Amino acid sequence: MEIKKTSLNKLHQSNSAKFVEFAGYEMPIKYSKGIIEEHKFTRSHSGIFDVSHMGQLFIYGDESLTEKLEKIFPLDLKNLKQNCSKYSFLMNEDAGIYDDLIITKIEEGYLIILNAACKDKDFEILSNLLGAKFKMNLDNNRSLIAIQGPKSVEILNSIINGVDQLKFMTGNWFDSDNKKLFVTRSGYTGEDGFEISISNDKAEKFVENLIEKGAQLIGLGARDTLRLEAGLCLYGHELDINKTPVEANLKWAISKSRLSNGDFIGSKKIMNQMNDGASQIRVGIKPEGRLIAREKTKIFDDADKQIGEITSGTFGPSVNGPIAMGYINKEYSKVDTKILLEVRGKKHPAIVCGLPFYKKSYVKGVN
Amino acid sequence: MSEVKFSKEHEWITVEGDVATVGITKHATEMLGDIVFAELPEKGSNVDKDGTAGVVESTKAASDVYTPVSGEVVDTNQAIVDDPSKINEDPEGSAWFFKLKLKDSSEMDSLMNKEEYDKFAKENAS
Repeated sequence: MEIKKTSLNKLHQSNSAKFVEFAGYEMPIKYSKGIIEEHKFTRSHSGIFDVSHMGQLFIYGDESLTEKLEKIFPLDLKNLKQNCSKYSFLMNEDAGIYDDLIITKIEEGYLIILNAACKDKDFEILSNLLGAKFKMNLDNNRSLIAIQGPKSVEILNSIINGVDQLKFMTGNWFDSDNKKLFVTRSGYTGEDGFEISISNDKAEKFVENLIEKGAQLIGLGARDTLRLEAGLCLYGHELDINKTPVEANLKWAISKSRLSNGDFIGSKKIMNQMNDGASQIRVGIKPEGRLIAREKTKIFDDADKQIGEITSGTFGPSVNGPIAMGYINKEYSKVDTKILLEVRGKKHPAIVCGLPFYKKSYVKGVN
Repeated sequence: MSEVKFSKEHEWITVEGDVATVGITKHATEMLGDIVFAELPEKGSNVDKDGTAGVVESTKAASDVYTPVSGEVVDTNQAIVDDPSKINEDPEGSAWFFKLKLKDSSEMDSLMNKEEYDKFAKENAS
């Protein structure tokens, strides 16, 4: 299959991007300054991320759509206000995660942002579950641009006046250059920021404009170190079809009111795990010294028993040390528990720690 | 000091008397990106030509470091273990990896000179 390109591909090239294939797309892993500089620039200024490979699924329908979606997502969608977003999951009957996503209530329906590698399958699953009644559009004509970091609000507001009024996890339509943009205040870095859905033909000019105002392009490499420092899950690593939201320590994303009636796909398993506890749970892990424990690194206790596995591990540029996340047997999941990581045949000390590694500075509200 | 020689695994080596100094090339550091971890062989250990003699890790991945010649490790550069970013800053100078007492100096003959390596690196740039 031919590799797909986003509408910013030429711009990436002219900014000396090094490309990798990701979910069938040619995506920038880094630019000339490298991952650490890009990471730090995002934390101190403003980074631009091309996330156009992600799915933008618009579903339109009346009240019956909300009812149908409540059978699928563990969310109180009836009481979700228009333009408000929630983090959620598409699950199977065993509460295994097909995908994690952000769903926003918009006029006449919902917008769901899906992972690139999952979006086509998600579309198929949702089409089957929802039936033919609702209009569904996995929109390939729109690009998705994230701008993240403390200077982002000022930069974006100078181009799209009014975005500074958005609260965290809300969105709205804005007009710019006679085109409708959907902007949400959200992100994947632990910083304040926005995601902008924009038609493909306007995307390049829009990003050039952001660069002119002082933001810089950031690749997927720094996106990964940023999200890991922020303790956020990456599908295919922390999350997959064999993991449940309870095991992933994402109980907070399940609406309490929905747990009492429990009529969504996977609810039985989730309620059982909420009552009895999951046998393994996702935790943060800090290796001692500078050792980096990558994905699939085995975790042991001091009696040489394997008690878990790392799902993501790297060097965190802002915490200036190695960081990791992984799944560990429940009895070892307390913060400060001493564990051992097997790297290149040797066992190295590490401790279980709280998440995030890097303190968030999301904007909760205006003033 | 001898002329600098290079291996296909992107190490450089110089020899003074019977002691060789080994590091990784600037080209290697450019391919790796930001180096955030370095592991060196133990002093007193013996390493064999083309065998692993350390590890470097960038933010993305781990890579083995190979020794271009056989010998006994007589010194290692703790400064790059303490601050691996030095490897990106000065890979072919102060950020050397280890020193070896040569076992067989004829092993040097199969290595590339600068001109040959530059051509090799250009052809194998990823």
